Amino acid sequence: MTQPRPLLLVLLFVLGGCATPTELDIAKQAHEVMRASFKETGQATLDRLNQDLAQSACSIPPSTSVNKEIAATIEKENMASIRYPADGKLLGDWKSGERIAQSGVGKQFSDDPKNASGGNCYACHQMSKQEISFGTIGPSLLGFGKLRGNSEAIQRYTYGKIWNAQAYSACSNMPRFGHNGILTEAQIKDLTALLLDPASPVNQ
Amino acid sequence: MTVFRTLAIAGLLLGYAAVTSAQSAVDEIAKYRQQLQDGNPADLWEARGEDVWKQKRGPKGVSLERCDLGLGPGVVTGAYAQLPRYFSDADRVMDLETRLVHCMVTLQGMSLADATKRPFGSGTNRSDFEALAAWITAESRGTKMNVSISHPKEAQAYRLGEKMFYFRGGPHDFACATCHGESGKRIRLQDLPNLTEKAGAQLGYTTWPAYRVSQGELRTFQWRLYDCFRQQRFPELKFTSEASIALTTFLAYNANGAAFNAPAIKR
Repeated sequence: MTQPRPLLLVLLFVLGGCATPTELDIAKQAHEVMRASFKETGQATLDRLNQDLAQSACSIPPSTSVNKEIAATIEKENMASIRYPADGKLLGDWKSGERIAQSGVGKQFSDDPKNASGGNCYACHQMSKQEISFGTIGPSLLGFGKLRGNSEAIQRYTYGKIWNAQAYSACSNMPRFGHNGILTEAQIKDLTALLLDPASPVNQ
Repeated sequence: MTVFRTLAIAGLLLGYAAVTSAQSAVDEIAKYRQQLQDGNPADLWEARGEDVWKQKRGPKGVSLERCDLGLGPGVVTGAYAQLPRYFSDADRVMDLETRLVHCMVTLQGMSLADATKRPFGSGTNRSDFEALAAWITAESRGTKMNVSISHPKEAQAYRLGEKMFYFRGGPHDFACATCHGESGKRIRLQDLPNLTEKAGAQLGYTTWPAYRVSQGELRTFQWRLYDCFRQQRFPELKFTSEASIALTTFLAYNANGAAFNAPAIKR
């Protein structure tokens, strides 16, 4: 999380069109009230309330209604943040990926930061036929690799999307797992394999 | 309580075993929720809450029976359906729990620290707020939600609450709206009310407090916000904080017109 940048707020106001100074005042006031209303506990520090451009610009109803220029800036900034593995290998172990997709722990003030975080993919996505307990906030990913193949371009897209979903779709609801340090490079490789490996339950 | 919970969970597991598709799982869970309605252990919290209300407590040795929840000193029936509201004696907007703290301090003479030492209960460490909220909210069951934002401070709380509802932050970029901004969505198999629309806000707001089967505890609306923010990966929401009151004002006002229907029972 970066520090709040007042210039960005001005930029948002100029580009936002529909925002009025009053709206901005309320947003600033809401932020101050929130800073006073939360306390740091465990790994959940107060700087989690500092927003980057994607977070502040997407804090509107509905978040996808963000101005086109701002959306383009968000996508460009986030695309530049993606770090591909130095060894060039994007596919890990889909079995490990399945465990990561099932696990919802990590980053909560109640979680031990020593334990690895999960991706909690099933909370929002259908992914395999055998797991019937899936959410619907995101699209179904059933047959993800079967439909798209396993080319290097698809591998890079899949890895990049998990690393930073807002590089491809500004204001996406999906967490930026690599960008925000939720998952490690090895975990994102495992999830990429879960989505693309022909033997994975996703592609049965 | 433990037996009740074990039976309920066993029932849910049996339901799982019998199903073959996501749709039938959803149907089974709807059935499970229906069956839960037959006996709500919230009764136990309600009974204790009435006792706590009437007990002489604190340094001044008086009960809460002169506490003004907005409809006059001691008037409990229907009061929750008009909360949060502006209180001129405190010159601020208060939700139920904040008002109870105010009464514990001003009427009973408790220190703020003593009054707020146990917002949420756990097993034998019981919370007076959960008991009081169970009883007081039950006294509004069937009453139409009628929250005002006509006072400038109420209007301000509503506007701040609305901003906070859409505020994205933390390592996961989550806002309240991430999960509660669209209709017909679920997390895993849990249906999510769309709190940005009348019907969803009414359904969501009027069914808290609730007895949570999975926890064996009765939980208040303050707890609901606290635990949503935990899952949003935010820092810890302070009990009766200004943000909690603002969000509650936003959500309660959006539920106006619906009959209040809690304490409820949830998985």
